[in-house]
Amino acid sequence: MSGIVDARGLSCPQPVLLALSEMKKLSKGEITILVDTETSKENVSRAATTQGWRVKVEKGQEEYRLVLKKD
Amino acid sequence: MSTWAGFFATRWGIIGVGALIGIFAPLLQRWGNPPNMGICVACFERDISGALGLHRAALVQYMRPEMIGFVFGSLIAAYAFKEFRSRAGSAPIVRFVLGAFAMIGALVFLGCPWRTLLRLAGGDGNAIFGLLGLIGGIWVGTLFLKGGYNLGRSQKTHASVGWLLPLIMLGFLVLMLIFPQVQGQEKSGVLFYSLKGPGSMHAPLFVSLVIGLLVGFLAQRSRFCTMGAIRDFVLFRQTHLLSGAIALVVVAFIMNLILGQFNPGFEKQPIAHTMSLWNFGGMVLAGLAFALAGGCPGRQLFLAGEGDGDAAVFVLGMIVGAGFAHNFGLASSPDGIGPYGIPAVIIGLLTCLLIGFTMRKEVA
Repeated sequence: MSGIVDARGLSCPQPVLLALSEMKKLSKGEITILVDTETSKENVSRAATTQGWRVKVEKGQEEYRLVLKKD
Repeated sequence: MSTWAGFFATRWGIIGVGALIGIFAPLLQRWGNPPNMGICVACFERDISGALGLHRAALVQYMRPEMIGFVFGSLIAAYAFKEFRSRAGSAPIVRFVLGAFAMIGALVFLGCPWRTLLRLAGGDGNAIFGLLGLIGGIWVGTLFLKGGYNLGRSQKTHASVGWLLPLIMLGFLVLMLIFPQVQGQEKSGVLFYSLKGPGSMHAPLFVSLVIGLLVGFLAQRSRFCTMGAIRDFVLFRQTHLLSGAIALVVVAFIMNLILGQFNPGFEKQPIAHTMSLWNFGGMVLAGLAFALAGGCPGRQLFLAGEGDGDAAVFVLGMIVGAGFAHNFGLASSPDGIGPYGIPAVIIGLLTCLLIGFTMRKEVA
């Protein structure tokens, strides 16, 4: 199972809300979340870690790509 | 640099920043700022509004350097850590209206969330009702958030867009230097200065500015937000930001004990009234408006400093809202609520409900 969430340009707490709802929907697998501020990167990472997902951050030109994984 | 950047994202980072505000706010009172108002973003923006003559309440006019420092401290931090990102376009008019009503609600209670915590730490029991109202307002805001409320995406834009609010603040500072306070005079050049009341009480300009810069810098790094503290706990049971707000109260309480500024009670508290229902009601309005706008007044200043043009519009909404609050008799005083405070809170709440119910844009 894999999903993608585009949270670019959204302010607090939308990126976390969207990420959490995707995590709930898939329950495991891989989710890619796009964010464009450092704050959203931190907040989504923190929320995902709490839910037991591993987070890998890839830095793009204008955004961060957060890859969340759970087995 | 990266270790430093990482530290502020940790729990100890946010606790450290809350504690630092808890140290400096009572000290600013000792150095001249009004009692239980070492740093109050709503009160200080209201004073700025008065200094500019947008309202003519003689007791609350002073160009507060702390606010200028907040924006520039955040701007410096954002540039130092390569986070300055000019963005705008997420429903600016809504943010302006939310800012104006947030200010009106805060002035019915007499304080922003920071001052709510500082009033508690100073022993003002009336602040309990303000805090309960704040929590209630934010809780209603989380219901809207769960229901899909959002103001749409912002767009990356020209760097100069993000610079406009900092430049306005710089302009305010320049005005203050060109037209400094003259002893015994209520006006210096274009600026108004209070001769008595809270507006006449202030720490030296340089001290206020430097502490403002320091707080702004650290708050940008740690994302300190008192509204977010309550919102994240209600929404996600997350205590990250909350630990910063709690650190503020605890440290400010200890500082007040040390400085002899702790006076427990309800009656005759400084710059406060005892009408509990409206202490509560004013902060329900403010809390809901902050939640719908995504940040407490302090956080909006820090966001504006890192390039968020929508947060800048919220700040301007608050300054203009303060003008309305005093010109229309909406703001409270130690004697109680203003003549039109109650209808203003009701109209504000209805406006927030309209915004919350009708702005559920699909973001996919």
